Amino acid sequence: MDFSNFQAPGMYPYHASSSSKQAEKSYVDHPIMGPHNSSFTLMPEAPSKHTKYPYVTGTSVLGVKYKDGVLLASDTAASYGSTVRYKSVQRLKAVGKTTALGASGEISDFQAINELLDQLITNDYMWDDGNNLGPVEIHNYLNRLMYGRRNKFDPLWNSLVLGGVKNGQQYLGVVTMIGVHYVDDHVATGFGNHLARPIFRDEWRADMTHEEAVALLEKCMLVLFYRDRSAINKFQIANVTEAGVHISEPYALQTNWSYKAFENPTAGAVGSW
Amino acid sequence: MTKSSVIQVPPKGGFSFDLSRRNAMLQQQGAKLPKYRKTGTTIVGLVYKDGVILGADTRATEGEIVCDKNCEKIHYLAPNIYCCGAGTAADTENVTDMVSSQLALHRYATGRDSRVVTALTMIKTHLFRYQGHVSAALVLGGVDVTGPHLHAIYPHGSTDTLPFATMGSGSLAAMSVFESRYKENLTREEGMEIVSAAICAGIFNDLGSGSNVDLCIITKEGKEYLRNYQQPNPRSYTRSKGYDFMNGYTAVLSTQIRQLRQHVQVLEGDRMDEE
Repeated sequence: MDFSNFQAPGMYPYHASSSSKQAEKSYVDHPIMGPHNSSFTLMPEAPSKHTKYPYVTGTSVLGVKYKDGVLLASDTAASYGSTVRYKSVQRLKAVGKTTALGASGEISDFQAINELLDQLITNDYMWDDGNNLGPVEIHNYLNRLMYGRRNKFDPLWNSLVLGGVKNGQQYLGVVTMIGVHYVDDHVATGFGNHLARPIFRDEWRADMTHEEAVALLEKCMLVLFYRDRSAINKFQIANVTEAGVHISEPYALQTNWSYKAFENPTAGAVGSW
Repeated sequence: MTKSSVIQVPPKGGFSFDLSRRNAMLQQQGAKLPKYRKTGTTIVGLVYKDGVILGADTRATEGEIVCDKNCEKIHYLAPNIYCCGAGTAADTENVTDMVSSQLALHRYATGRDSRVVTALTMIKTHLFRYQGHVSAALVLGGVDVTGPHLHAIYPHGSTDTLPFATMGSGSLAAMSVFESRYKENLTREEGMEIVSAAICAGIFNDLGSGSNVDLCIITKEGKEYLRNYQQPNPRSYTRSKGYDFMNGYTAVLSTQIRQLRQHVQVLEGDRMDEE
């Protein structure tokens, strides 16, 4: 099939009419980069096999360790550029019985990673040797996967949060699209790094109960809803304990938009804006 | 001999970019642009029950280097109006200085205390004229006859009127503290607590901000400028032997002693008129 005239469902309706002139040029309409042709990158007009930019993206994922396990939180939105296109996307996934994975970034790459992890877990199960892949092993696998793709200049465009509990030990780590990986007591991806990590650094404690940890996550998710344009007020929390992984149903948080000072902000300063 | 007929156009204000092409060519040939001093910065403002609290960190950077560990980012505009500045340090200093002088002249002309909206309008018209090239992002706060006011001013000349505002590279860290802790009708102690927590979030989570916390509390009674209200980054190690440098550490290459009396003439004369 010839995709040289392919135009992604556009957000730029004024380009739809010029499609008749594009017999030779391959013309792509990107939700973030805007309309451009493929010689944009100075490479010859061969079909590009490298992921250059993400299309459908999820925003931050947060993770904290607490007394009995690990909690991951994310909203259920997937944006297409500046539109919030899908509002019921589960960006958290259980991996085996010991680990939960949360992903931000390109959703199709997250789905590909899910397929690979499902195969990995199935193969591990088929060994039937009394042992199963724990969070440390999954983290390492994902790191090798992401770094390997990065070296081929064809990254999986995600930042992954991996949390799990095995043999009473909590584990919480991150792998980014270029293969940077680390573990910590509290992690975040994307905007969460700027808005949630400061709160975690101030208020996280090792001996938090489940309720306290959920309250801390909800506080940060509310700040993200207020200040991240791609976030929506619909969240899920994954709870990983020795007993297994439980991902909650989506729910909303109580917001407050009715501060008196915001009602008529220039009341006291007539003429300003 | 041809006459060159150049139409003289009077300058209309704003920057002249005549030398931009030459500069770009020089850069291509390897000349390096000087790094300018920025205030990486976390600056915040908060309206509480009786007035306004402004806060700022104290780190100034030149590229990757901290050039001033304890600079002052809360600038005086009027006895009842102060302004925190983020962005290029020269721009914030000079714009606030200039507007402060204009406000003083305005006070003499009108015989009244300055209002915050006056300062706001002067600053924003200046910044808009320079189309964002004057890189000053400001948090302006004060109390005048109409009450307490807080404004955020952006380099291109737009403004926001808000009950709480943050600017600078540490603004997200500080805003996360404000968003999670802000309530209406805060008391003075609660306000100071939240503002210094927000600045500390910037200091510890943003690389462009650091060192100490400055606060300025303005009410209708007056202002309280708390320089270095918190110093959460003390120098924790001092060498037990001390730091003196005895003779012999620096090599002396040559010595020449000249008596000054031969070169200086002391004259008696009248004192200069002071008036």
